[in-house]
Amino acid sequence: MTPTNNQRLGIVTGGSLTRGVEVRLDSSASVEDMVVGRYVTIYGRKQCFLGMITDISLGVVDPRLTITPPDISDSFVAEVLTGTSTYGTLQVTPYQVIGGQADAKTKGSQPVKTIPSHFSEVKLASQDEFEQVFGKEDEERFHIGNPLDMEIKLCLNMERFVERSSGIFGKSGTGKTFFTRQLLIGMLQKSKAVNLIFDMHSEYGWKGTDEGKQRFVKGLKQLFPSQVAVFALDEKSSLRKGLTPDFVVRIGYDEIEPAVMALLRQTLNLTEPAVNAVYELHRRFGKNWLKNTLALKGVDETKDLLGELSIHESTFQNLKRGLAKLSRLGFLQPQASGDTVGRILGYLEQGKNVVLEFGRYQDITSYMLVANLLSRRIYDRYQERVEVAMAEDSAKPTPLVISIEEAHKFLNPEVASQTIFGRIAREMRKYNVTLLVIDQRPSGIDDEVMSQLGSKIAFSLDNDRDIDSVLSGVSGKGELKTVLAKLASKQQALIFGYAVPMPVSFKPCDYGETYYRRFTPSKTDITKQAEQDIEELWG
Amino acid sequence: MSETQRVGEVIESSTTDFIAQCYELYELPPLGSLVKTGDSDGELYGIVYNATTSGVEPGRRPIARGKDEASETAIYQSNPQLLKLLRSEFEVAVVGHRREGKLCQYLPPKPARIHGFVYQCLPEEVREFSQSFDFLTILIDRQLSVPTGELIAASLRQMGKVRSDDDRGHFLVTAGKELAILLSHDFNQLKAILERIKR
Repeated sequence: MTPTNNQRLGIVTGGSLTRGVEVRLDSSASVEDMVVGRYVTIYGRKQCFLGMITDISLGVVDPRLTITPPDISDSFVAEVLTGTSTYGTLQVTPYQVIGGQADAKTKGSQPVKTIPSHFSEVKLASQDEFEQVFGKEDEERFHIGNPLDMEIKLCLNMERFVERSSGIFGKSGTGKTFFTRQLLIGMLQKSKAVNLIFDMHSEYGWKGTDEGKQRFVKGLKQLFPSQVAVFALDEKSSLRKGLTPDFVVRIGYDEIEPAVMALLRQTLNLTEPAVNAVYELHRRFGKNWLKNTLALKGVDETKDLLGELSIHESTFQNLKRGLAKLSRLGFLQPQASGDTVGRILGYLEQGKNVVLEFGRYQDITSYMLVANLLSRRIYDRYQERVEVAMAEDSAKPTPLVISIEEAHKFLNPEVASQTIFGRIAREMRKYNVTLLVIDQRPSGIDDEVMSQLGSKIAFSLDNDRDIDSVLSGVSGKGELKTVLAKLASKQQALIFGYAVPMPVSFKPCDYGETYYRRFTPSKTDITKQAEQDIEELWG
Repeated sequence: MSETQRVGEVIESSTTDFIAQCYELYELPPLGSLVKTGDSDGELYGIVYNATTSGVEPGRRPIARGKDEASETAIYQSNPQLLKLLRSEFEVAVVGHRREGKLCQYLPPKPARIHGFVYQCLPEEVREFSQSFDFLTILIDRQLSVPTGELIAASLRQMGKVRSDDDRGHFLVTAGKELAILLSHDFNQLKAILERIKR
């Protein structure tokens, strides 16, 4: 293997495939320059390995050195002892083999199945080596940021990314929303998939807020007006922001199914019998159960009915209180006009992305209700269409990615089996629908769902349980945990899983004026294009 | 070879050492300096590790003569025979040799020849020889009449002297690092040597 000109860090002195290899640092390489999460290339005799630094430690050859330390104020002694009697070691986990084998050049990088031999040279990874594994920005790959401490573009294969459900995790204020916005742009630009975004805090549609700088940033609609449709639950809030929504969502009482009530049990403070009562009422009144139940007023009338359906008086009171809370939501109307699901599907079919802004309805009840209700029906339609497509051997519908926030409320072990999102996460690809889960408490999400998420992007997390749950089922968990724990509290993340050949800790691109310019053609470009079009048209 | 650099003649020799006598009393090469002897076959390089001045006849000790003399020099002036009755010798540890133009820092196949001339190495030869530190291994492994640490420090100081100030610092650090590896089992010895070669 021909090493690059990068500075040599040291040589491999030991290790194993499961633990990773140990690298003894040369005296010329300072321990303090090493960073956990950095990429190194190991030049073995036959193969070249790309690995990540997962731990850094100090060693001495003679324990007496630690008992009677030398006088380090003397620079000569300090210089002599550095790298000889005292040295640094790196723990490096090799992930990919790049080059070396005969087929590596044709097949590209391969996952490691062995480790480099003793005394293989270790250097910082160069841009070329990194690109061999991650690829360059192209038709499918989207530049999402830069690996930590490296001036290299990290590109993500968006087609591959949307093939499976994925998750973005991190405590609040770490930059999840900013990164999600970029990922959505990536999907919009580089993949065939369309997005349906349940935008709880109205961050993605027209404009979002930058908490740090107290300013507004552009949303998807501003950057790609022709490719994004904004639906609003609260049109007043959208208008205040300066946007006329493409559609105002209203949900009729008759659209609420008993299954949805089961989901809302916790948020509406309903008891178990109250949920059962909903099913009874549904059996009795059919589609109009909610309207009829809310209309029940007279004591006698109620008494008879309750007796008939064997619902206890207190249960009914509990249910009434819950339903009253529901009926106060402005977007719920006894009779809704317009077919929201149809409209959403219409846009999605045209390849347009749909952002559903919640405006002032930022409470979890509204969010769960709307997201579940719409997703369930959209998913059903997708399922139907995929089945038809399979039967007729025609084209399947456009892949759909549904983005949801506060996912632990939908996907916690108690309700994951009931919500549509649990099902999408589990059965996903069959029907061309996948999830993009954005959450700050991954430990609250059902393990089964977590394990189904293909790619995960983790920003800084404090809680040990959250870290464990994000890393569950990942090989080399211990090593990644060190990397994850050392991420800065803002704008640094670790991406791993299906869409990337190996885990990378990276810094997302800055979202601002410079970023917008990547997508908005300059005036001269537009003029040129227009001139060219005219030329073509008139000859 | 310049005659001015000639410091003595071999009078006793073995594979690892040789003893040379100076032509002039007290004209000894410094402790730790690099000397060489040789013939048409090749040259032997050694490091001066011990020096003695004693009477020519063994068993016959010099006697004190300066009672009525004003200075030490006056003693030698009034007793010119002393310069012939006393002799200065130095012992050299063999640390390398040159065969067919190639410098090797390990023991030569044959010891030095008796009456071979011993020369003090010129600065450029010292610089060439000290490009490698393999000779340190030979010195560390030897049981000599002087403490090994002292000898190593002295030889490195001598080798440092033929370098410019900038180069000397780098040379001593490199040598120190080599020693740190060789003496990894004996930190105290290493510390003592480093103290002695500090800039």
